[in-house]
Amino acid sequence: MARYILINSFRGILTILLVSLIVFSLARLTGDPMDVLAPVDMSHEDQEALRKQWGLDKPLLEQYLIFIGNAAHGDFGPSYLYRTETAGDIILQRLPASLKLGLVATILTIIIGVPLGILSAVKRGTIVDAVARGLALFGQSVPEFWLGIVLIWLVAVQVDFIPTSGMQGWQSYILPSIVISIFGIAALLRLFRSAMLETLGTEYIKLARLKGLSEWRVVGKHAFKPASIAPLTFFGQLAVRMLTGATVVEIVFSWPGLGLLAYESANARDFPIVQALALFVATSIVIMNLLIDIAYAYIDPRVRLGEKASA
Amino acid sequence: MTTREIRTGAGKPEAGLATSAALPRQPADAQQVRGWRRLKRLERMPWISISIIVFVLLLPAIFADLITTHDPLRGTLADRLTPPAWIEGGTWSYPLGTDKQGRDMLTRLIYGARISLAVSTITIFIGLVIGSILGLLAGYFGGWTDRVVSWLIDTFFSLPGVLLALVIVAAIGPSFVTIVVILSVTIWAPFARQVRGETLSVREAEFVARAQVAGAGPGRILAKHVLPNVANTLIVMATLQVGVVIINESSLSFIGAGIPRPNPSWGVMVADGRDQILIAWWISFFPGLAILLVVLAFNLTGDWLRDFLDPKLRQRQ
Repeated sequence: MARYILINSFRGILTILLVSLIVFSLARLTGDPMDVLAPVDMSHEDQEALRKQWGLDKPLLEQYLIFIGNAAHGDFGPSYLYRTETAGDIILQRLPASLKLGLVATILTIIIGVPLGILSAVKRGTIVDAVARGLALFGQSVPEFWLGIVLIWLVAVQVDFIPTSGMQGWQSYILPSIVISIFGIAALLRLFRSAMLETLGTEYIKLARLKGLSEWRVVGKHAFKPASIAPLTFFGQLAVRMLTGATVVEIVFSWPGLGLLAYESANARDFPIVQALALFVATSIVIMNLLIDIAYAYIDPRVRLGEKASA
Repeated sequence: MTTREIRTGAGKPEAGLATSAALPRQPADAQQVRGWRRLKRLERMPWISISIIVFVLLLPAIFADLITTHDPLRGTLADRLTPPAWIEGGTWSYPLGTDKQGRDMLTRLIYGARISLAVSTITIFIGLVIGSILGLLAGYFGGWTDRVVSWLIDTFFSLPGVLLALVIVAAIGPSFVTIVVILSVTIWAPFARQVRGETLSVREAEFVARAQVAGAGPGRILAKHVLPNVANTLIVMATLQVGVVIINESSLSFIGAGIPRPNPSWGVMVADGRDQILIAWWISFFPGLAILLVVLAFNLTGDWLRDFLDPKLRQRQ
């Protein structure tokens, strides 16, 4: 188990380094940040001084190593745009808004997606199943940004107390969290439906039924437990979506989180912030996946003993 | 029990018990039964979805210049914010109304189909080629090749795609090439993962061992023996990924990191109508509806293809 964790952690660190390299080179090789930073009428001497102040005069490789070194202790340097604050500070200010929305959306995803998936499997072929599968299909096919706008148009205008933008009180969570969770609900529903169908067809479930156990016990205990292992890896993807997929939704609803920050910073070419954001998000994803891998290995011994079957 | 239920039973023999018991088991009839089953599945072809793909995406994309009467980029300001024809104030010369620059919505939607089709075809082709090659190599050779490729797959799954797109676009500006590159970079990984997994199992097949004994090199074995066996999976995946690419392209275009204005990408059109949603809902509504319909159609068709080509394939989305 220790070996398994070690190997996976090492792979995770390599991944983060690769992401940092991509982010750094993308940001630097495609444009000189000075074009944005320096006012057009700035004197040549002042420009050079500014360049020195931000370390932009050093060779690229050195800039990258400095960047990695600083990032390792959480220092991403001052934001070009906000000048006095560091990229790390700004991200930390915006993080809670994203986390809160992500948490609400995750809860919504689970409490709707999982029961619907189970119900759909148990009531296979009935109207309940048809509705659930229709919802799953819709959730996988609808563009989130459009759903957000349509909801603003249909709901928010009719119902006064639901705000359409910004973050003011619990009501503002309603629309964005519905839009963010719709895809996850669809995916979880499908995953749980097929996992449940698979376990419900096994011999030991038939045995449990023959023993005269109540349907509730058969489904809730004997079928649900093994069926819930497979969709577990999906939570990694779900976390990715909560962090990056929410970008578009945050922009639609002017939600003051990381997604909106990324959008604003990229438009202003504020490299420290964009780099820090990309690294921060990538690192979160890697850690999340690592935790899920470990949980998976803990639950299912086949994983830690051999190669993982699908990954 | 229908074929559809067999699939959703995830290919477990238990789930298909009733079917296999009801059908004749004699080997002589096996071929016939398979042919009959295939025909049965063909009957269940999703005609509505295929019609949507043909009439909302393919035909408009190909014949855009012939079937439109307005200019997709330049409008008549005097006619701006005209509602759709069936609403009061609408006119049949603008069947779906106009946007805030007086451009015909229907014309722009039709040209938008061309963009969606071009982006998704090119992107999926690139992703499929890169993904298949890497997946085949990793699955067949194993060892370090596999370790490196698997790591690359994991890495590209955890790339914050939207953020990277925003960085690139802020630096060099949005363009057709940029968006195709960004989308291709994110789309090869699912192909590679799937192909790798299947190659791993095909590699153990008897016919591969025989080919090896007969002196076939790895290139020949991969091209002639392994690739044909993963082809069905690739077809299904490519179909299902069209929806993913169209959604991603339109999302990036929506936030200004995709197809640049004034080109009529469906995502750009939704963004254009965003501020007018309360006074002119049709500007955002129709392009989004087009995305929804086309993606829905591709998802249904992909599901059906999976049934048709191999009912035993597991759901992997």
